[in-house]
This record gives sequence, C-alpha cells and structure tokens, in this order.
Amino acid sequence: MNMSGKKGVLLILVPFALLMTFFFLVPLTSMLISSFSNSDGFTFEHYQEALSSSYILQGFKNSLALSVVSAFIALVVSLLGVYAMTNFSEPVRERILILSNLTSNFSGVPLAFAFIVLLGNSGLFTLALDSFGWDLSFSLYSWSGLLLIYIYFQLPLSIMLLYPIYYGIQQQWKDAAALLGASPLMFWRKIGLPIILPGIAGTFTILFANAMGAYASAYALTGSNYNLAAIRIGSLISGDIFAQPELASAIAVLLGVIMIIGMLLSEWLIKKTRKDLLKR
Amino acid sequence: MAYQENEKGFVETMKKFTIVMLILIGIYLALPILATALYAFSTEWNKTILPEGLTFEWIRTLFQDTRFVEAFGRSVLLSGGAVFISILFIVPAIFVIVLYFPALEKWFQASVVMVYAFPGIILSVGIIRFYSGTSLPMILAVTGVYVISVLPFMYQGTRNSLRNVQGRQLMDAAELLGASKMDAFRKVLLPSVYPGLFVSSLLSFSVLFGEFVLINLVVGSRFETAQIYLMTKLSTSGHIASAIVFVYIVLMGILTLVMATVMKKAKGMRRT
Repeated sequence: MNMSGKKGVLLILVPFALLMTFFFLVPLTSMLISSFSNSDGFTFEHYQEALSSSYILQGFKNSLALSVVSAFIALVVSLLGVYAMTNFSEPVRERILILSNLTSNFSGVPLAFAFIVLLGNSGLFTLALDSFGWDLSFSLYSWSGLLLIYIYFQLPLSIMLLYPIYYGIQQQWKDAAALLGASPLMFWRKIGLPIILPGIAGTFTILFANAMGAYASAYALTGSNYNLAAIRIGSLISGDIFAQPELASAIAVLLGVIMIIGMLLSEWLIKKTRKDLLKR
Repeated sequence: MAYQENEKGFVETMKKFTIVMLILIGIYLALPILATALYAFSTEWNKTILPEGLTFEWIRTLFQDTRFVEAFGRSVLLSGGAVFISILFIVPAIFVIVLYFPALEKWFQASVVMVYAFPGIILSVGIIRFYSGTSLPMILAVTGVYVISVLPFMYQGTRNSLRNVQGRQLMDAAELLGASKMDAFRKVLLPSVYPGLFVSSLLSFSVLFGEFVLINLVVGSRFETAQIYLMTKLSTSGHIASAIVFVYIVLMGILTLVMATVMKKAKGMRRT
C-alpha cells in the first residue's frame, strides 16, 4: 500500500482517539490534578489526610482483606472445579462453561438482593435455621456476609480465566511423561504445575483487582455504612452529607495505583505463562 | 508396587474430591438465582420454609408499572447506544490497527489494559470532577465512558476473529482480485468476522446493562435505569425486587445462550 492510502486509513483512528481522550484520559488527569490541589494551589494535604485518617485506612484494610481472601478462596475452589472438568467430554465441559458464564453477569445490586433473599434478616436460610432453633449469629451485612457475595462473583471469572490456562497443558506432554515413567502426581508436581503457576498467579491478581474495585453489591447491602475504600470514595464524591471531591480524588488515585500494580503484575505473569506454554 | 498403589488411591480420592467440589460450586452459584426466582413467584413467604403458594401477580404488577418499563427502556437505550457507538467508531479503529499498523498494537493493548484496570468507582470521580463544571449533559458523559469501557471486550473479540480468518491476507487477496478497499472490507472481511463481533457486542451490552456505579453516582435518579429502579425497590418491596431480578436473569440467560450458539456455529464453520 502506498503512503497516502495509509494516511487515509489513519483518519479512522481519529474518533477513537478523541473518545479515549475525552472520556478516559482527561477525566482521570483532572482527578489526579484535583487530588493535588486546594484553593491555594498545589498541596499534599488530601493525601496526608487520607493516609493519616484511621477511618479511611480502615476502609483500605477492609477492602484489601476482602479482596485477598475472596480471590484466594475462589481461586482454590475453582482450580479444583476446573480439574474435575477433565472427567467430562468437551461438549459437557462447554455446557458447564456456558452455565458459569451465565452467572458471571450476576453481580452488583441484583446479586446483593439475591443474597438478601437467602440470608438477609428474614431470608430463606435465616428463617429455616430459626425454625430449627439454631442461631448462627451470622449477619449478611458484615464482613463475612460480604465475603460470601464476593466469592460468588469471583467464581465464574476465576473459572473462565483458569480453564484456558489449564487446558493449555497438552495431552501429549502427559503421555510423554507417562511413557518416561512419571506418575500423574509426578507430572503435575514437576511439569504441569510449574508451567501454569504464573497463570494462576495472574488470575489471582485479576480477581484481587476485581474485588478492590467492586462497589455496587456492598453499597446495595449496607448503603455507605460498611467501610470499604470504594464506598468511601462514593460517599465523599456524591456527598450524602459533606462532599469532599478532592479527598475522594486522592483516595481514588491511591486505589488506582493499587489497580495498576495489580494489572501490570498479572499481564506480566500471564504473558510469561503463554510463552512457556508455546515454548515447551 | 505398594508405593504406586498408594498413589493410585490418592489420585482416585482426589478425583472424587474435585468432582464433589465442582458440584458444590454449581449449587453455590445456582442457589441465589433459584431462591430469587422462587420468591418472585410466591404468594406469602414470611414464616414458612417453602412458599405458601405460587402466583404471577408480581411479574404482572411489574410489567404494568410504567416506571419499571421506562427504566428498562432507558437501560436498553443507554447500553445499546453505547455499544452502537462503539461498533461505529471503536471497532473500525481496532480493524485498522490490527490489519495495517501492527507496530501500534502494543500501545493499543496498553490502553485496553488501562481501561480494564480502572473500575467504575474511579472513573466516576474523574467524570464528576471534569464534567460537572461544563455544559455537557452528564448522561452523555456516562455514555462516553461506557463506549470506552467496553473496549477490552470489543478488542478481544475483534482481534481474535481477525487473526482466525487471517484478515490481512484476506484483504490483500480481495484487493489483488480487483476489489476496492471498501468492497474488500464490506463483502469479504466483515462477513467472516461478523460472529466474533456480534458476540463481543452482546457481551458488552450485558455488562453495561448491569452497570450501576457510574450511572448512580454521576447521574442518579434523574435518569432512572433498571438497576437504579431495583435499588429503590430493594428496601420497599421484596417481591417486586425479586421480580425485577428474575427478569434481569432471564434477559442475561437469553443473551448468554445466543452468544454460545453463535460461537459454536462460528467454530463449526472454521473446522470445515
């Protein structure tokens, strides 16, 4: 193709570049600037406030704990589940994946409501256990209640991400290892697991980031009451009582930094796995 | 050998254990959906373990409620509009980059990762900070962010199908045979990547349809979508709320099935 043709084609990129600029880069930059400014100009005070307020730090701590624990549980459980899928033929496996994909859209407010139906103050299980005379002193509107919901929306994502990584391990390798006298256990310990480990770690960081940014289900369940980083941002920017948009910006930037580190880590780990899977 | 027998036993136990785990995952994922669906069709369900009777009343009430129908319509309009704009402006850009500027693809991928990394809660702060002082209606700002936020899904689907049909070679061959670039694109390339594009669009639509954070924080009740309407019903009427969730699940189920069917067909086409 000649150069002028190539330039003409380049024009097609203009609308995309404009959209990307005005609805992604500019708002995020404006948020970054706002996090460093007050009426007098440049300042670090919002970061100082965010990092010295025990309330905001508690929000980050709760978010981190919820994200790490929910990602870990979902990862371990779905690793076992995906392994169990080897027992079925491909059409059956695909059907299982479709069902899992169906639930992957079930998150946020509708999911929170479904859990209220099951475990809320007059939920199905709560009443059933009451009628047996059992009191579990479990509250859906607490950390452990949120954990159940977070695990729910992490599971389908985890299965979706682990399935291709797991099935990247080729049958030939297993056969070759078996031919050379390795037992299935040895195969996994010496060959399979080392290859897919970066992929598993990458999946973990995506799940972690997914939970760190989640807002809707916690908001639907507890309003602004439960202290999470995302909930703090929401109540500071929408200003139920006092809006403090600069402080909200600073917390959002801190959360954004955590997200970027997580995503870069997972990109790197997943690329590494892909390379290893192709190389061997 | 005894050692190997031991290991065989272990592998067998492990296999049973993982299958039990898979079943438990299935129950865990199905239970909230089933309970909500049952609640949407039950008459009274306050003191007993199972509902006292079944009824269509809640679903009927819901569809007679103009506020819900309008909210549902707004959701379809907003998500569908954003996906449409994305097909119109974003997808051509993906085509151009994958086909003609592979050197730029690295940068494009970086922006896809960035978009994926920033959740709605962060973007909503940026949007409020930048656009609340301007004359641009906030609903358009949210639409713009929606168009960008489906970029990862659009990119994944489009790029994969372009690679599968070897898009560049297909375009070159058509042009060599005398087709103009536009014709080659419309008559040769587009039909062969259509299934992938269709699935990405449906996936994007269903993700946006469930979006709550941006629309609620940035626009709020001035543009009541199905999600915001559900939020208002959450504390007031359990039955109506469960009817909304039921309708939502059915819609998502239909979309998922359509996606799976199209993908399966496309796969079959490639094999032959």
